Amino acid sequence: MLDGTNMDTAASLKRASVRFGSLTALQDVSLDIESGAFYTILGPSGCGKSTLLRLVSDLIPASSGEVSVLGKTTEQARLAREFAFVFQDATLLPWRSALKNVELPLEIGRSRGIQLPVGTRTPRELLELVGLKGRENALPHELSGGMRQRVAIARALVCQPKLLLMDEPFGALDEMTRDRLNLQLLDIWRETGTTILFVTHSISEAVFLGQKVVMLQAHPGRLRDVVEIKLPDPRTIKMRDTPEFNQYCGYLRDLLETC
Amino acid sequence: MAVIENIEMQDVEAQELAEARKRKMMAVAVPLGTALGLIALWQIGVKAFGVPTYIAPAPSDVAVTFVEKFPILLENFWPTLFESVAGFFVGNLAAILIAVAFVHSRHVERAFFPIAVFVNTIPILAIAPILVLIFGPGITAKVVIAALICFFPTLVNMVRGLQAVSPQALELARILSASKSEVFWKMRLPSSLPFLFSALKIAATTSVIGAIVGEWVGADLGLGALIIDATFNFNSPLLYATVFMSSGLSVIMFATVATVERAVIRW
Repeated sequence: MLDGTNMDTAASLKRASVRFGSLTALQDVSLDIESGAFYTILGPSGCGKSTLLRLVSDLIPASSGEVSVLGKTTEQARLAREFAFVFQDATLLPWRSALKNVELPLEIGRSRGIQLPVGTRTPRELLELVGLKGRENALPHELSGGMRQRVAIARALVCQPKLLLMDEPFGALDEMTRDRLNLQLLDIWRETGTTILFVTHSISEAVFLGQKVVMLQAHPGRLRDVVEIKLPDPRTIKMRDTPEFNQYCGYLRDLLETC
Repeated sequence: MAVIENIEMQDVEAQELAEARKRKMMAVAVPLGTALGLIALWQIGVKAFGVPTYIAPAPSDVAVTFVEKFPILLENFWPTLFESVAGFFVGNLAAILIAVAFVHSRHVERAFFPIAVFVNTIPILAIAPILVLIFGPGITAKVVIAALICFFPTLVNMVRGLQAVSPQALELARILSASKSEVFWKMRLPSSLPFLFSALKIAATTSVIGAIVGEWVGADLGLGALIIDATFNFNSPLLYATVFMSSGLSVIMFATVATVERAVIRW
């Protein structure tokens, strides 16, 4: 175990920087992600929102500083399947049915003795959880964009990740689908107790979903602020019409403008 | 609400199906009608201008020969079929394996791709006699020629297909800690199949050309040998019937590959 972290921290960054050649994508970011919480990450384009997720998920290494996930290095955490990733594009394998796509993480690594955390839910139950009961055998091209993204979420949940990293997962969807999936995601979060790091460029989505909004600023990407959203749980769509909700949005908008 | 929607959906679906059927029928009827019209024009033209049979036989003469000489045509059909199919398998298998090696190692690709391009630039008619000299007048030379003609398009397409995995799918593989062989079997190979099949459809018809060219250079039996024989004897109706038989072989090969493609690729 790396020092300075405890089990209540799902992920921890200490003065972490990412540089691509002469470009600094992230600079000196220090952040502790509380276990079980829902974090949204907000910031102007080019602020390194995606870079932050990639750093935590071991897709890119830190140029300096330290990143840990559940007290392990990001590589150890990746090998132990502690986290899962949901991309903006569902990234389903087009020749596999919805069910087979959800089963993919269970097929990979088995032969090499990678310890797969056994989920309490079967792939079939997970598809039911995301509201796709009856579409198990549908191929991705037979599903709508929202359904495909729900398959991707079910696939991410199949190894029971303690940390779910989501990179603008609903960014390409229409507003109504997005609203529905937001509510569904909150249900899933409550039911599974997983920690969620959710990148978005929508202020209202960030406020609606997040217990905490991580605000980044650009050129170079740095941590601006972490804003706690004290709206009652569970969140409802109606809540977005309340003055409190709009106050948070206004505050974040002002903050975003000074970024 | 849901029930009403369902009924409407079914109505719309039925309408769409009927329209699709109509489109499908037109798609067959139009080219078929055009072809029949051209054949009729040919028949009338040959008869009206009194063109000698050895220069251009009337379609009716060709049809009569096709029926009368069918046993001979069939006897020559089997060796060409065998050579085409064998060449098809050998050439494509080699192309697939080499494509896998290319994708696996940049060095192998750098070393051998220029050679593959060079071999492809040699006209098949120029290399056929060489291969007949090397492999003799038997069936081997024809199989090799048919294989050679299939090889390049499949190699190029297969390499592209194996590289067609999206960067995001590769990131997914990394997050799942997939090994190189898992990425190959679960992602690269399936995603290459549409590319492979477009190459195989080309190869299905070119392998027949390869076999026939091989038979021209030296063979006693086969559609290619029959073409040469009929030409030298000014037996134009037989020549045309043989050509017809050859294109029939290509069509069978193509249709077989297309059928397999439809069964395999459902996405």
